[in-house]
Amino acid sequence: MRYLPHSDEDRHAMLARIGVSSIDDLFADIPAGKRIAGLLDLPTTKSEIEVERILARIAGRNVPAASVPFFVGAGAYRHHVPASVDHLIQRSEFLTSYTPYQPEVSQGTLQYLFEFQTQVASLTAMEVANASMYDGSTATAEAVLMAHRLTKRRKAMISGGLHPQYRGVVETVSRMAGDVLEMLPPDPGGTEAIVAAIDADTSCVVVQSPSFYGHPIDLRPIAEAAHAAGALLVAVFTEVVSLGLIEPPGAQGADIVVGEGQSIGNPLTFGGPYVGLFATRQKFVRQMPGRLCGETVDAEGRRGFVLTLSTREQHIRRDKATSNICTNSGLCCLAFTIHMTLLGETGLRRLAELNHANAVKLAESLSKIRGVSVINDAFFNEFTIRVPGDAAAVIEKLAQKNVLGGVPVSRLEPHHPELSDLIVVASTEINTDSDRAAYARALQEVL
Amino acid sequence: MLNEGRPTTPLAPTNALADITFTANRGLQIEEPLLFEIGRADVTGVDLPEAPAVSPRLGKHARNAPIDLPGLSEPETLRHYVRLSQKNYAIDSGIYPLGSCTMKHNPRLNEKMARLPGFADIHPLQPVSTVPGAIELIAELGRWLLDMTGMASVAMSPKAGAHGEACGMMAIKAALEARSEKRSIVLVPDSAHGTNPATAALIGFKVVAVPAGTDGTVHPDAVKALLNDDVAAIMLTNPNTCGLFERDIVAIADAVHAAGAYFYADGANFNAIVGKVKPGDLGVDAMHINLHKTFSTPHGGGGPGAGPVVLSERLAPYAPVPFVRLTADGAEFIETRRQVGDTAHPFGRITAFHGQMGMFVRAMSYMLAHGADGMRQASEDAVLNANYVRAGLRDLMSQPFGDKPCMHEVLFDDRFLEGTGITTLDFAKAMIDEGFHPMTMYFPLVVHGALLIEPTESESKASLDLFVATLRELVMRAKRGEADRFRQSPMLAPRRRLDETRAARSPKLKWERPQPWSEAAE
Repeated sequence: MRYLPHSDEDRHAMLARIGVSSIDDLFADIPAGKRIAGLLDLPTTKSEIEVERILARIAGRNVPAASVPFFVGAGAYRHHVPASVDHLIQRSEFLTSYTPYQPEVSQGTLQYLFEFQTQVASLTAMEVANASMYDGSTATAEAVLMAHRLTKRRKAMISGGLHPQYRGVVETVSRMAGDVLEMLPPDPGGTEAIVAAIDADTSCVVVQSPSFYGHPIDLRPIAEAAHAAGALLVAVFTEVVSLGLIEPPGAQGADIVVGEGQSIGNPLTFGGPYVGLFATRQKFVRQMPGRLCGETVDAEGRRGFVLTLSTREQHIRRDKATSNICTNSGLCCLAFTIHMTLLGETGLRRLAELNHANAVKLAESLSKIRGVSVINDAFFNEFTIRVPGDAAAVIEKLAQKNVLGGVPVSRLEPHHPELSDLIVVASTEINTDSDRAAYARALQEVL
Repeated sequence: MLNEGRPTTPLAPTNALADITFTANRGLQIEEPLLFEIGRADVTGVDLPEAPAVSPRLGKHARNAPIDLPGLSEPETLRHYVRLSQKNYAIDSGIYPLGSCTMKHNPRLNEKMARLPGFADIHPLQPVSTVPGAIELIAELGRWLLDMTGMASVAMSPKAGAHGEACGMMAIKAALEARSEKRSIVLVPDSAHGTNPATAALIGFKVVAVPAGTDGTVHPDAVKALLNDDVAAIMLTNPNTCGLFERDIVAIADAVHAAGAYFYADGANFNAIVGKVKPGDLGVDAMHINLHKTFSTPHGGGGPGAGPVVLSERLAPYAPVPFVRLTADGAEFIETRRQVGDTAHPFGRITAFHGQMGMFVRAMSYMLAHGADGMRQASEDAVLNANYVRAGLRDLMSQPFGDKPCMHEVLFDDRFLEGTGITTLDFAKAMIDEGFHPMTMYFPLVVHGALLIEPTESESKASLDLFVATLRELVMRAKRGEADRFRQSPMLAPRRRLDETRAARSPKLKWERPQPWSEAAE
C-alpha cells in the first residue's frame, strides 16, 4: 500500500524490538470474541488510476454550475476564485499543519488568522472577529446562545427573513438547550415586523440582511427597539460580497454579526466546507465562541501571534466553555483571506457593483416575461420572483432545458403553500448576457 | 490538544540574535509584515470588468464609508502568503506526533478528486435531479462507514468532531423524550476530550465525572456506582486518551443499557481499530468519526473537518435531516421532515445544507485507495509505531500506568523530569530546536505533566529511529542538568517563546492603524 512506509521486514524487526511475537499481541485488550476475523467486507486496495476512475464516474453524474446558465444562490454563491488562491492553500505548510497550539512553529497560520479577523471586523464594521465557525448557520445558532449568556435571558426572536435552514438550526439548538424561540412567519415581502414582537424577555432579535428573499433591511430601528428592551441585535448575512456595497451591520447598531463567508475564496462543493464569520463588540469578547488569535511579543521582543483568551474554550473550561467548537474552518479562512487580499477595497467594491448590475439586468429581463413578477423593490445580487403555478415544477423544467434557475422557496419551506409560487434567484459576476438571455428564453418556454 | 491552558510568559533570552541583520531577516527566515502594513486601498490583484450601467436598486442601503481593506497585486500576494507558509511546521516536512490529533499523511490524490467539477462546482440547492452523483457519494461513504463500525445508520451532516458529538447527544435526548423520560446527567471520564463535557452542557445535561482506575482505564464498578434513572448517557473514548483500549467496554455498555441510558463513543481514536473491531459489536449507540483524523482529510491548520455520526438501531430514527435513504432503485434524498413519513422522527437540523461534501470526497478517496486490507494494515502500523516509540523510550521516560502495550499513541508523564527543574513544556519546546513538532502536552488531564505521542502509520522506521534517538538525547541532557537550555528553547524557530500572558491580559485581536505621534501622545 503506497501510503504505508514499512516493509514486512521492518515490521518484524519492530515487533522484535517491542518484545512481542505478533501484531495481535498489541491488540490483546480487545475482547477476543469481538475481534474481526479476516477482512472487512469491503473492496481491497486500489491504485490511483482505479480510484480516479471510480470517483470521476460518480462526479460525472452531476451537473457542474460552470456547464450551464446558473442562477442558484439562497445561502451559497458561485463566484470566480482567482487561481492563486487554490494554489496557495495547497501549500504543504498550510494544508498539512494542525491548529497552531505551538506558536513558535505556527506563525504562518497565526498571522493569516490575525489578518482574517481584521478583515472580517472591517467588513462588518465590528470591533472584533473570531477565527471562524463551521458556517453561517452554525454561527447564527452560536450567536443566539451568546446573546442568552450576555443578557441572562433565554428567548430569541427570529425574523421571517432568516434563511429557512438557518431557522431550522437555531430552532434545533434552542430546543435542545431548553431555550425559548419565537419564530416569525416567513417574510417574502421584506416587511420586517419584528420590532412589535420584542418584549422584556427577549434576549436577541435575529435579522438577516439582505434577507433570504433578497431584501436589504434597515437594521437601525430594529437595533434601537432591541436595545430599548435590553435585548441585542444579531445581524446575519449569507452573501458576504454584499458588504462591498451595502451599509455594514456594525454601522447600524448590531451587537453580534454572523454570516457565511463561502463567497470569498471557497467553491460551492454541495454545501461544505464553508466558513462561518463571527464578529461582535470588544466588550462582549469574553463570551464569544471559537478561537481567537491575538498579538504579542516573543522572548526577544519581536512581534508574534498566539491563540488567546482560551479560558473560554472547551479544552480548558470543559462543561463551562462558551461553545463545544474545536476544529473550525482554518483552511477556508485562509482561502477567504487570500481572495480578499487580492481584491482589496477596490476589487471588492467592483465585484459587488458587478454582482448588483448583473442582478438588476436579470430582474429587468425576467420581469418582462408574462406572468412573472419580481417582488423586491431593492436587492443586492439576489431577488425573489413569483411565477404562475408551482415554482418547483418550473425549476425542474428549466433544469431539463439545462438552465439552473434558482431555488423554489417550497423546497425549504414545504409547510407554507402560500410560498409555492416563489423562486429565489441569484446572479453573480460569472453570468453573461447570453446566460441571462438563455434563462429568460427557457422560462418563457416552460411557463 | 495542547497545554494546560495557563498562559505563560517567557524568560528573558540569554542569547538573542536580534539586530544582527539590517532587515531583521535571518537568511531564509523572512520577517513578513502584516497585510495591512504593505497593502494599499487602491491596489487590486483581480482584474474585473467595469460594471454595466444600470439604475441601482439598493434602495437606501448603499455603503458610503470606506471599508478599510488594503489590497495587494498578484505577485505581492503570492510572496506574502508563501513567506507566511514558511513559518509553519507541517506533516509534509516532518513527524507531527500530536497525540489524539492523528496527523497522518494527506494523499494529494484526495485533493485532486475533491476538485473535480462534479464535486467542487455543484450547489447544495440545485435540483436534486442534477446531482445524482452527490447523493451516490454520500450513500457510498455512508455504506463504508456502517460496514466498518457495524452500526445501523449514519448522520452525515456534522461539520466536525464536536459537532458530531452534539448530533449524537441530541439524538439521545430525542430518544429519551420519545420514551417520555427526562434524564439530566451525562457521565464523562476525567480523561475525556474537553469537547465531551462541553457538548453535554450545550444540550442541557449536567456532567458527572467518572474517575479512571489506577491502570488508566474506566472500571465497570466505577460506572455502576454512578448509574441511576437520571443518567441519560455515558460518553467514552475508546481507545481512550491514555492510548489504552477500554477492556471492559462490553460490561460498561451492558451496565449503561441496563440502567436505561445510552452509550456515546467519542470516535476520535477510531483510527487505531479500523478493521480490527466494530464499535457496533461493543454496544455503542452513537459515535462520531473524525474524517479529518481517521480518514486523512487534511487538518488545514485547524479545519475544516467532518464528523459523521453512526447510530445504533435504537437511535437511528432520530437522525437529523438531511439524510440519504436507500431504496429499492437507488437512493432517496430526504431534506425536510415533511418528506420523512412515519418511519423516522428526525430531531431537527444541525447545519444548513448537507455536510462537508469536500471532505466526504477526500475520505472516500482515502478509503478506496486503502481498501479493507490497507485500512487494517494502517491501524496495525499505527499501533506498531506507537509501541516502537514506547520500546525505544521506556527505560528513560516514565509511563503513568506501567510499561504495557498501548494502542496508536503512547503516554508518558513527567516523573522522568523530577529534580531536573525542567517542565513538560520546556521539554516539548526543546524538541522544536531539534526540528520536531512537539507531542501533545498536559493532556489527558489525569496524568501529571502528560506527554502524549501519536506517530501514526505514516512514519517510516528510519523516521521513528531518529525521533527516538533525539528524545533519548534530550532526556540525557535534562538529566545532565542543562535546564537553562531547555528553559530558553526554542532558540532556532521563527519565534522564541511567546508572551501568552500579555496576549490574554490586554487582547489585541486585530490590526489597528498606528496613531500619528501627536495624537498618541495626548
